[in-house]
Amino acid sequence: MALEPGGILHIAHLARLHLLEDDAERYAGELSAILAFIEQMNAVDTGGVTPMAHPFEMTQPLRADIVTEQDRREEYQANAPAVRDGLYVVPKVIE
Amino acid sequence: MHTLSVSALGNALRRKEFSSVELTTHFLDRVAAYDTTLNSFITVTGDIALADAARADERRRAGEDNPLLGIPIAHKDIFCTRGVRTSCGSRMLDTFIAPYDATVVDRFRANGTVMLGKTNMDEFAMGSSNQTSWYGPVRNPWDADRVPGGSSGGSAAAVAAGLAPIATGTETGGSIRQPAALTGLTGLKPTYGRVSRFGMVAFASSLDQAGILARSAEDVALSLGAIAGHDPADSTSVDRPADDYPGALGSDLSGVRIGVVKEQFGEGLDPVVGKLVEEAIDDLERLGATILDVSLPNSALSIPVYYVVAPAEASSNLSRYEGVRFGHRAAHPVDMEDLYKRSRSEGFGDEVKRRIMIGTYVLSAGYYDAYYLKAQQVRRLICADFARAFDQVDLIVGPTSPFTAFPIGEKLDDPVAMYLCDIYTSGINLAGLPALSAPAGFARGLPVGLHLMGNHFREDLLLSVAHRYQQATDWHTRRPARFT
Repeated sequence: MALEPGGILHIAHLARLHLLEDDAERYAGELSAILAFIEQMNAVDTGGVTPMAHPFEMTQPLRADIVTEQDRREEYQANAPAVRDGLYVVPKVIE
Repeated sequence: MHTLSVSALGNALRRKEFSSVELTTHFLDRVAAYDTTLNSFITVTGDIALADAARADERRRAGEDNPLLGIPIAHKDIFCTRGVRTSCGSRMLDTFIAPYDATVVDRFRANGTVMLGKTNMDEFAMGSSNQTSWYGPVRNPWDADRVPGGSSGGSAAAVAAGLAPIATGTETGGSIRQPAALTGLTGLKPTYGRVSRFGMVAFASSLDQAGILARSAEDVALSLGAIAGHDPADSTSVDRPADDYPGALGSDLSGVRIGVVKEQFGEGLDPVVGKLVEEAIDDLERLGATILDVSLPNSALSIPVYYVVAPAEASSNLSRYEGVRFGHRAAHPVDMEDLYKRSRSEGFGDEVKRRIMIGTYVLSAGYYDAYYLKAQQVRRLICADFARAFDQVDLIVGPTSPFTAFPIGEKLDDPVAMYLCDIYTSGINLAGLPALSAPAGFARGLPVGLHLMGNHFREDLLLSVAHRYQQATDWHTRRPARFT
């Protein structure tokens, strides 16, 4: 399926990516070529085939509900671009 | 020292011919001398390496011994290392200092290995040539104008040039085996879940798996023993004891049934590569293996399926990079949406953006059934092909890569051509199987890889067959002339 630059801008918005108009044009060409390549798989009849999401049919293992992690907030927040009083700082959300 | 195998290094350390500090200094000197050319390391951790080495020497003096005690190693920069930058080859994580160690890093350290540094890679492991790294391309030690393969290209170049005896790598679609093939190394991708993914930056969680790049199957076997096994911190890690991989080496090939994938010797394969792989298969037959033909009829669909499944999972995994908790943040955001969008657009490179958008598209309303569901169905067919083949044979062989290392700059503007680098490898990841690449000769002076694929949890057989082949051939002992 061929993608138009307008479609690319919509996908970019869903993925929270900022694209310039020129970039959208280029990505439309590249992504359309990739999708055309992917569509080779449509030649295969998959009627009645159960989709496979994982190499093994594993069930999610559960652990005992006990505290295993220590409080390392400062260490984790050392990687944050902006923190104040132990909180992450973001642009104003509520007026 | 840099030409010795891991077991020879271990013996020399045991006999006190040199200490781990001396060995480590030697490798750090080689990194300093050669890596300005190769660019195989993103971060060199000299001080940590010397401290690790001193500790290993101390442990040995205290009577401890194991095959990896005091052996230097390079870690792909996708593995979190506490206190050391983990960039994943991306501007997004250029300043990220991991607050914990990946289980792989932790287990190697427990065995006494010495961390030389963090190796270069395609950004977020998305690429087959190491050209998408924010830190620049890696050069192939066999020809510095060519790529080393990817995404574990830094690890491959470092080991091939003798800057590290062994290195960790990771795979989602061939990122250990393809660079191993292009640089003349032995590279193993274990069974999905055999090695913990905890602390490995996530790309596509149903495909990602850690492994080893080394100069021989024996070195891989010694290394895999250290990291294979269950990890409660990774819910997809398989709760099943690891095999004795070094102990599995040495068996002969009589009675081993090896299947040749006929679909992988057709169009798209460099005829010189094909001829060398066929000669290697003849060698395996001479060594006692029974050679049979097998068919993987859906093999050619591995790449189309992979480029739905992997980007879909990546678009979800990479949504965590939002410029708030860690990673790159755009300057002066006016609102949350602006913060997210500009931080992500500045932090991610082109190929990562392409894959996030492909993944977002195939998962979006109206397209999910046509792409994602369809791909998951074909994934089952690909998996069933392997299961049928393994009813007839113990191992499957073919070429690892359709061609040898290509010039830097090539395929960058043609994503589909780049994706086809992994045409023979990515089916293995979709099926969760183990596979390795071993050196099988040279085409026009560039290394060629033999691809050995095993059934689930048969790393022991893969390594023992590769080891037997390496006892009878000397391709794996060749060194690139500029880095002797």
